Amino acid sequence: MSQFYAVLAALLCGMALIGLFQTEDLLRRILALNVLASAVFLLLVTVARSAEGIDPVPHVMVLTGIVVAVSTTAAALALVIRANEARRRHEDEP
Amino acid sequence: MSVLAWGFDMLLAAGLLWLAWQALFTQRRFSAVVNFMAFYLLMALVWVRLDAPDIALAEAAIGAGVTGALLLTALGRLPAGTSVGADPRRWQRPLQHLAMAGAGMGVIWLAWSAYHLPRPGLAGEVTATLDATGVSHAVTAVLLNLRAFDTLLEIVIMLAAVVLVWSLGPPLGPPLRAFAPATALPGLPALSHLLHPFFVLVPVYLLWRGTHAPGGAFPAGAVMGAGGVLLLLTEARPWEYLRHHRLLLHVLLAAGMALFLVVALGGMLLTGTFFAFPLFLAPTLIMAVEIATALSIALMLMAFYLYGEPGQ
Amino acid sequence: MTEALHWLGYAFVAAGILFFLAGSLGLLRFPDVFTRLHALTKADNLGLGLICLGLALQASGPAEAVKYLLIWLLMLVASGIGATLIASTALACGLAPRQADRPPSTSTSQRPTEQ
Repeated sequence: MSQFYAVLAALLCGMALIGLFQTEDLLRRILALNVLASAVFLLLVTVARSAEGIDPVPHVMVLTGIVVAVSTTAAALALVIRANEARRRHEDEP
Repeated sequence: MSVLAWGFDMLLAAGLLWLAWQALFTQRRFSAVVNFMAFYLLMALVWVRLDAPDIALAEAAIGAGVTGALLLTALGRLPAGTSVGADPRRWQRPLQHLAMAGAGMGVIWLAWSAYHLPRPGLAGEVTATLDATGVSHAVTAVLLNLRAFDTLLEIVIMLAAVVLVWSLGPPLGPPLRAFAPATALPGLPALSHLLHPFFVLVPVYLLWRGTHAPGGAFPAGAVMGAGGVLLLLTEARPWEYLRHHRLLLHVLLAAGMALFLVVALGGMLLTGTFFAFPLFLAPTLIMAVEIATALSIALMLMAFYLYGEPGQ
Repeated sequence: MTEALHWLGYAFVAAGILFFLAGSLGLLRFPDVFTRLHALTKADNLGLGLICLGLALQASGPAEAVKYLLIWLLMLVASGIGATLIASTALACGLAPRQADRPPSTSTSQRPTEQ
């Protein structure tokens, strides 16, 4: 079963990378980064599982990673909103 | 049973791939964001399948709850048109493809080397030292004792993100209350008002559970933060309270980091090593740090949601 | 007595699954975001309540039963507020509700979910 989820993580990772580099929309890039982070977390937790037992250290890394991911998402969204406002103001006064 | 489990895994994987595809490649931003929220909900189910209940709890509250609310609110503040990104020039195209290929190769190499690490990693070592940590749940032990330095740095990153969001100043867009749905449904604030004690009760329960079972500071903080965002969505009253007590707000935001540092330095004074606590004090200290961290995480998640410092 | 409670629990879970099926049918068949949210929040919350009630009847002790009911209460608040947030954002993004006398709006490709 862990091989199955590793393949799923690889597919999600590839999809997120294509989305990240192809799109021009900043919001879509943030979504792609989040999907990429989820794929990496999935790979870490899959690697932590084995027949001999579950390694708790990757679980901890993923737990802190989720919180860091939401922090970066919030900061990036705030920057996108500000960039948008700056651009609109720039267009208003030629 | 195994056929059922296999079918469930297949369904889950197909759903995840479909939702990720929809989130990344549909035309409309709104449907992309909504699909992305559903993606996180399915991810929480995947964590349960992979025997990681701590992560499932945090993912359901943070991923589907707080990130979804953040994205939806940002969407309401952005204009309806599509793009704010710069169009890539013609000569940039090959570079873009090169970067994509390079990143892809790097990820494949990382995955390959990660997959060939010796199993089961550090599980044996963690179990062997569990008695000396003061808690009996392995994830909490690693989080707050064995690798506490990582957790401290993670809290610092979160605080830095809050400072970044606040220092950008309040956004010009429509004020937050315009998106608060309280105006539409008069029954909803009353119901949530009645049920809010439960949003405090559940994190406290998770915190208490964290010493011996899945739970602990991160899921508790996540659930409390998600509850706080719901509170902000129905009525801004607690934030109004904090707006008039800005010193208290700042202290609470920094409480997790501050207590962590105090404990670490105290450990250094007592035992000579940074972050080494004596065993008889460890359960108490870990509980105190957990309470402060959970409170800080909850408040920081609420702070992200507002996109600006209250009272400015 | 416990045997009867177990069978009653199964009956509640089966009824809950029926409500979930109805909600999912609405998600697939309804024309725009707002009607789909309506189908999901109404039918699925009732279905979830019935399933939680069924599981609580089969629980091993009162503490476990209370936890199941707590799950339902919290989901009620979360899905109610989440659905209104999604709907108000859809309105702010310019997706108008589909009217009977107007041609269908272009919002048929949306897939709303709870929360």
